[in-house]
Amino acid sequence: MIELVKTENIPFFSHLSEFEKGVAGKGPAWLQRMRNSARLQFAKLGFPTLQDEEWRFTNVAPITSIPFKLEAYELDGLKREIIDGLRFADLQCERLVFVNGCYSPELSFVEESRDGIRISSLSRVLQQDAAAVEPYLGRYANWEQDAFNALNTALMQDGAFVYIPKGKILEKPIHLLFLAATRGTAIASYPRTLIVADSNSQASVVESYVGLGEEVNFTCPVTEIILNDGAVIDHSKLECESARAFHVATLQYHQERSSSLGSHSIALGGALVRNSLNAVLAGDGAECTLDGLYLVRGEQHVDNHTRLEHAAPHCSSRELYKGVLDGKSRGVFHGRIVVHRGAQKTDSKQTNKNLLLSDDALINTKPQLEIYANDVKCTHGATIGQLDKDALFYLRSRGIGEEAARSLLIYAFASEVVRRMKVGAVQRRLDEFLLGWLPGGEFVKEAVQV
Amino acid sequence: MLEIRNLKVKAGGKEILRGINLKVNVGEVHSIMGPNGSGKSTLAQVLAGRETYEVTEGEVWYDGKNLLEMAPEDRAREGIFMAFQYPVEIPGVSNLYFLRSALNAIRKHRGLDEFDAMDFLTLAKEKMGLLRVDENLMSRPVNEGFSGGEKKRNEIFQMAILEPRLAILDETDSGLDIDALRIVAEGVNSLRGKERAIIVVTHYQRLLNYIIPDYVHVLSEGRIVRSGGKHLALELEDKGYSWLEEAEPKRVQVV
Repeated sequence: MIELVKTENIPFFSHLSEFEKGVAGKGPAWLQRMRNSARLQFAKLGFPTLQDEEWRFTNVAPITSIPFKLEAYELDGLKREIIDGLRFADLQCERLVFVNGCYSPELSFVEESRDGIRISSLSRVLQQDAAAVEPYLGRYANWEQDAFNALNTALMQDGAFVYIPKGKILEKPIHLLFLAATRGTAIASYPRTLIVADSNSQASVVESYVGLGEEVNFTCPVTEIILNDGAVIDHSKLECESARAFHVATLQYHQERSSSLGSHSIALGGALVRNSLNAVLAGDGAECTLDGLYLVRGEQHVDNHTRLEHAAPHCSSRELYKGVLDGKSRGVFHGRIVVHRGAQKTDSKQTNKNLLLSDDALINTKPQLEIYANDVKCTHGATIGQLDKDALFYLRSRGIGEEAARSLLIYAFASEVVRRMKVGAVQRRLDEFLLGWLPGGEFVKEAVQV
Repeated sequence: MLEIRNLKVKAGGKEILRGINLKVNVGEVHSIMGPNGSGKSTLAQVLAGRETYEVTEGEVWYDGKNLLEMAPEDRAREGIFMAFQYPVEIPGVSNLYFLRSALNAIRKHRGLDEFDAMDFLTLAKEKMGLLRVDENLMSRPVNEGFSGGEKKRNEIFQMAILEPRLAILDETDSGLDIDALRIVAEGVNSLRGKERAIIVVTHYQRLLNYIIPDYVHVLSEGRIVRSGGKHLALELEDKGYSWLEEAEPKRVQVV
């Protein structure tokens, strides 16, 4: 890849040759072919600019100007206690931990595989049983059209693989923890996750991205989740990387007949965060709920692009993205719903609500509907507002201080998304975060604990 | 307890109150009546601390404190309560959470112990019974999905919990059927006592059949044009507000 783009002299590319050496000649032939195609595709696409419609409001130039490095992690300094602090305190479950993109068996906890359930690192599966992932890996995420997705596909090496066989129901959630441990080095990582839920299976998966260290880093994950007929998946993605992190993620859902998906995408940390979420309702009667929450302040930039395709009849979708923006933060919400020809009886509702807490915060929101069927029910809407002055006065007139009243209203706004999360431990953790984020969080905590 | 001196207030550049003088002593119930647009609600809201109004002249003293310099929350903590004409819906904040927070903010300010969840629930249930408030409403978000009457009753319920020293009811009777009106009046009357004062702002005399005021003031075009005893309300009911406009406006200060 480096030879394809070296003339551009972009600092970013310095680490790619290392990466390519790492993956060159490894893995099965189909994977090598895919990596190679993705690599050519990336070279062809190049980094997106503000002229690209899909990237109009998000400038990735700051990412390309940094000479990132690849760094294998060292365990010392990454004590188990740190990990214990990052997992969800009361969530006893299987956990795969990745440090700077590489699987850490020492920090992970996986039970013996049973009943055909597989929870393992992708690198291991690629070495031992690549045929298990061949029908899925890279077949759903559209790397032909997205440079970051192509980059991840060209460089994919490790990440998580989860397979739930037919009819299996996982009682406990699975936690995938991706740590960026920078320790003074600008680190890039390209985690790749594949989750396959076979017919009538059920599971909850929590993906969290956490930063350790203050140095700049770049995380470019791609997650593909495939739901076969009747499968039920609850998936949460929590992004809480450090203040100087760049996080450009692709999330691809594919749903077959009568499957049901709950997706919760939460963006809290990072300097620049972009989530490209694509969901395809490919089988009759599939349904999905796409929820999102972004809480940003300072100079954070968060961009949620969602594309939801109704490709089969009788499917329903509900999308609710909410944002709270303070300081000089920037937000982008771009939500597109495409109803294909023949996707009759589609029932789709998309809502984006934003709360701007300062005069300098900015949101660009663009809900879009493209409908090619004639018997559908689709609604969409976006709101941008400040805290309701009447509500604020009402609370204050009852003796609640201004800061506390503001915090209570922000909490009420944001917690709607938190309450819709299914995994209790994650919900509680997020609630704590939200309370900590609010200046009057202590008051709110008291107030909501009746 | 409350003394309003020559209060002039503008909203959106328009003068709404044009020199209000009023004195309310502890233990008294005053009614402020007047036609639409006379400035009744403005007066109530200015007393509660609504910032959208601009006070251009005059002063308001409450228990020896300059009320106009106090933030709305400080007024509430010092014992002022306004029952809103249009109670605000607050999605996502439950009635009980909100009310306990308010009560505890006030109690903390007064140096009293805060109520824990259990004590509060006991108190709330007692007052819910008194005002016949549906318990199910209390776990719902503040005023969300409440009927007009439920909202008004909720205001009086809040008042019963917060036990203000000076309660201002801003057209609490509007939109209430006769049963709800009686319940609301009972609630207000139960709070009547020599340690507090009540100002009842209303367009109609109807509520005053149940909450008998000590004094009645008639507001017209931003001024109190007449003050008197409870009979003034009945006279108004008979003759209508136009009767006042025909008569010579005179300023009366009630002491």
